[in-house]
Amino acid sequence: MLGLERKDTYLMLAVAFITLFAPIILNPFPAGSALAQFNAGYPDLMQRFVIFGIFAIGFNILFGLTGYLSFGHAAFLGIGSYSAVWMFKLLSMNVIPAILLSIVMAGLFALVIGFVSLRRSGIYFSILTLAFAQMSYNLAYSVLTPVTNGETGLQISLNDPRILDGPSNGGLPVTSLFGAEMRDSTTLFVGPWSWDFSVGYYVCAALMLLAFYLSVRIFRSPFGMMLRAVKSNQQRMNYTGLNTRPYTLAAFVISGMYAGLAGGLLAAMDPLAGADRMQWTASGEVVLMTILGGAGTLIGPVLGAGFIKYFENIFSKINDGILHQWFAFMPDGLENVMVTLIHPFIGKGWHLTLGIMFMLVVIFLPGGLVEGAQRTGRLFRRRDRNAGHVESDAARQRAAAE
Amino acid sequence: MDAILIQILNGLDKGSAYALIALGLTLIFGTLGVVNFAHGALFMIGAFCAVTLQKILTISVTTIDPERTDFLGNPLKVQTPYVENWFGPEIGATIVDWAVPLAILLAIPVMILVGFAMERGLIKHFYKRPHADQILVTFGLAIVLQEIIKYFYGANPIPTPAPSTFRGSLDIGVWLGFDPFTIIYPYWRLVYFFFAGTIIAAVFAFLQFTTFGMVVRAGMADRETVGLLGIDIDRRFTLMFGLAAAVAGLAGVMYTPILSPNYHMGMDFLVLSFVVVVVGGMGSLPGAVLAGFLLGILQSFASMNEVKSLLPGIDQIIIYLVAIVILLTRPRGLMGRRGVMED
Amino acid sequence: MRRQNFSRRGLLKTGAVGGAGLALPTIFTSRASAFTNEPTGSSVTLGFNVPLTGAYADEGADELRALELAVEHLNGGGDGGMLQTFSSQALDGTGILGKKVEYVTGDDQTKSDVARATAQSMIQKDGAVMITGGSSSGTAIAVQGLCQEAGVIFMAGLTHSNDTTGKDRKANGFRHFFNAYMSAQALAPVLQGLYGTDRKAYHLTADYTWGWTQEESIAAATEAMGWQTTEKVRTPLGAGDFSSYIAPVLNSGADVLVLNHYGGDMVNSLTQAVQFGLRDRQANGKDFQIVVPLYSELMARGAGQAIKGIPGSQNWDWKLEDAGTQAFVKSFGEKYGFPPSQAAHTCYVQTLLYADAVARAGDFNPCAVVEALEGYEFDGLGNGPTLYRADDHQCFKDVVVVKGAESPQDEFHLVEIVEVTPTEQVTYPHDHPMFAGGALGECNPGA
Repeated sequence: MLGLERKDTYLMLAVAFITLFAPIILNPFPAGSALAQFNAGYPDLMQRFVIFGIFAIGFNILFGLTGYLSFGHAAFLGIGSYSAVWMFKLLSMNVIPAILLSIVMAGLFALVIGFVSLRRSGIYFSILTLAFAQMSYNLAYSVLTPVTNGETGLQISLNDPRILDGPSNGGLPVTSLFGAEMRDSTTLFVGPWSWDFSVGYYVCAALMLLAFYLSVRIFRSPFGMMLRAVKSNQQRMNYTGLNTRPYTLAAFVISGMYAGLAGGLLAAMDPLAGADRMQWTASGEVVLMTILGGAGTLIGPVLGAGFIKYFENIFSKINDGILHQWFAFMPDGLENVMVTLIHPFIGKGWHLTLGIMFMLVVIFLPGGLVEGAQRTGRLFRRRDRNAGHVESDAARQRAAAE
Repeated sequence: MDAILIQILNGLDKGSAYALIALGLTLIFGTLGVVNFAHGALFMIGAFCAVTLQKILTISVTTIDPERTDFLGNPLKVQTPYVENWFGPEIGATIVDWAVPLAILLAIPVMILVGFAMERGLIKHFYKRPHADQILVTFGLAIVLQEIIKYFYGANPIPTPAPSTFRGSLDIGVWLGFDPFTIIYPYWRLVYFFFAGTIIAAVFAFLQFTTFGMVVRAGMADRETVGLLGIDIDRRFTLMFGLAAAVAGLAGVMYTPILSPNYHMGMDFLVLSFVVVVVGGMGSLPGAVLAGFLLGILQSFASMNEVKSLLPGIDQIIIYLVAIVILLTRPRGLMGRRGVMED
Repeated sequence: MRRQNFSRRGLLKTGAVGGAGLALPTIFTSRASAFTNEPTGSSVTLGFNVPLTGAYADEGADELRALELAVEHLNGGGDGGMLQTFSSQALDGTGILGKKVEYVTGDDQTKSDVARATAQSMIQKDGAVMITGGSSSGTAIAVQGLCQEAGVIFMAGLTHSNDTTGKDRKANGFRHFFNAYMSAQALAPVLQGLYGTDRKAYHLTADYTWGWTQEESIAAATEAMGWQTTEKVRTPLGAGDFSSYIAPVLNSGADVLVLNHYGGDMVNSLTQAVQFGLRDRQANGKDFQIVVPLYSELMARGAGQAIKGIPGSQNWDWKLEDAGTQAFVKSFGEKYGFPPSQAAHTCYVQTLLYADAVARAGDFNPCAVVEALEGYEFDGLGNGPTLYRADDHQCFKDVVVVKGAESPQDEFHLVEIVEVTPTEQVTYPHDHPMFAGGALGECNPGA
């Protein structure tokens, strides 16, 4: 289907299914129940899941295929966001021109930065990209404030020209797609459950599916094979008389454009662009997402992005009051002991939990969450098939990996 | 002229901190081939050794002074450190005053232990793993370490003053024939500079003149061959990790009077120290030291008003700009070797 | 294996369709509500968006303590705190309009992006009708913009930039905390009294929006009383080592150093300036002085010895002697064992003010709340008689000028009050040039 192999078609269908029904899947607990704390199915977070999914997919095209570890990809995300907000300020609140400009701008910056950085490889490449990104961040935060509005972040305001939209009527205008407002949503109540279906989320989801489809096509194309060859042995490639630079540069620009798309979408969902998005920690975050999910796999980066964003938004919100509610059924003494034990890991301690999770995943699941899923899958298969088959299967995979 | 001299001094001082951190980072990378993102955290733990010693020395006995009241109107609880009870107020106060230099004695064993624990418990399992995995796991460790510190010490900076003997400043200008008060430099910064110089010299001497150092240097050059010769290179590398941790920790201890320690100071230094290492050339010890001083001095010059008015914001980006220029003109940093970390 | 997967997915689909079919009778979409997150049950949810990680985590933790205390008092627990001294008696300890007050917390990390995301989740997921907290102007302005769009009330926490109620003011946002202009107006007469009218000031300024507004305000106020400004130097945020910025001060001809830094930057720059011996120096025949226009007790603790005798300004201090302050310090101190910071105070007061406005309006509708708060005059919340000005949603009240204590009796007495500057002296017209360029717009009830 759509030029995909059968296996990829299934994967594509599965991703599409999960994305489309995410508002239901991510809200498994009835609203108002104690476990509703763990629900993630509200528009803002779902949008972040898919947007950072796009970011990570794009990063994976560079890192997963070529092995070039960029530590400055957040800069492209930030450039995308700034371009989009400027488009909202100057031209129109329609998201299409904003997103187009953010992709183009990010692509242009990626072309320049990539052209310079790709002259080096290994950690030298990483530091070059890091240096470019940190320069963008520092300048955006201070000297470039007229363009970026510095610390506060670039926002739309009532006095903006917005040539195509005309003057607004009192309130701040809202981002929209030909009249469909991004923040519009319909809530579906089924018994005690409530599910939010928002326009913004489905716009992001559609673009993520498109981005995912493109990345599958790239992975399976001759171009993708070439990039993988660069990863396995660039020197050999060069000795065969082949210039690899155009290929890696193309990968760099493509992944920069993915980041720009993600940045543009972030701004389209919430028209604010802050310099913090370009800081090195933000670049580090996408590296973590990709490796955590499984670098070089198709679905891994999306999983990693979801994992980290879930932690940032859900775990940090659990406070002692909520803990006391959970353990209220216990005798008082025991309740306090439980709360004291868990206290350091939630709320203001969510960084600690995240750090421990990183370490555990890297130590025990070198291939990231995807490997975890494969292992679990293998465990189940072992039950109804003979062991020898599974072992040979695993051995084959290992051989393929090496 | 005096303005330039004083910025050179500032740069040397900044540079000595960069150089010490980069030195430890390079030791670990050069010997073990591990990219250690938790190195900033080691620097931070060193700084908190000073805080901890200060806290230990000021563990106090509480007496109630009925004459005075606290903020709620209850009788005031007066805290007197035990050391003042034991040694008398004057000697006790002096000991507390000297907490930072004394913390060196605490930091050396603590940092070596932390280093051993890290290497044996975690890093050892990552020698054969890709650099990306090493970065991720040590990054996770760095987060865990700094969150533990935050849990016990809070997020605000903690004042750790230098001993009162070193609190003033020295008029260097007079020695050099300038008017009085043109070039003034705090005593403690001079102490830090000489301290850093001593540590750097000691590390180089250790590697150059001891058998142990010779083996380690050989291991850095070709690990497999040294292993084939029947030398237990792993044990020595563990020791090197402890040594590198101790260097980072000592840099942290002595830096506390200049920069009040807080839990995220490690992350603040991490990116910078990597830039220093790469500019110096991965795996090159002299390169790390040279780049540390170079970047420190350039950063100081970039902060001068005359330079800033010419190029606004240059002090924000100078480090990165230099890194880009050097990496593009000298592919492997200032003193790097071919083939290190290029895949 | 593949076929198995396929059938499993098929099963899921059938199950989902079947489940939806069964549940169909109970489905109805979009409940009728007059405004965003209208509380319909027996409780109302407030959102406390404070930094729990990052450099301002301690401020955030203190804000959270005060906010939890406010909720306790609103629900009739504890000793009632400032509810007893508040001039309005619309709150009776039964929650707000009879609804029990519940709260959700989030970590804004002192990053405007993250703050916006956590506030968004409080609004979308938890149904918060009001957001408060925060420890920087960047996050305050970002969240204020979001609340305006979403149709909830934003009661700003610690934000000192002129822009929050200046060019970035919003109808749904309110600020109790004072601002850089007020700091300057309160501080200038004190500085004149301490150091005279013939001084040359050298500014070191954190290179971002807040730093610039404070630099501008202080320079204007001190120049008005005869001081000269010799140099304004911008320093990168989080520079750590400020030596290369401090060293040139010595020979610049200036005799006062103004540090427009906050948090860790302020602690480091002040400590290092003292190390460089600036305070032992003479310049132009006068003793060299250092001024830190905004600092808090928490920062004073970080700076240690260096803060002694340094003048600055605060929104509030627990050592004030009015009844409101005493009631608040008592209930906070007894619960947590130490006195509250000014960040804690402003968040506590903001929550009470919001609850009171709802109670007086008899409605949770943001527009009703805005109407109740605009032009509202009150007393008994720690700063004397206070006005919430209708034109820009800024509180006007006394400002506290402080200086570092020479010999503090304990770690809670690191700063002492020099003067309480009366309201009139810090009041400015709402279209003052430093605050121009913004518009409140109309209140937005959302939905």
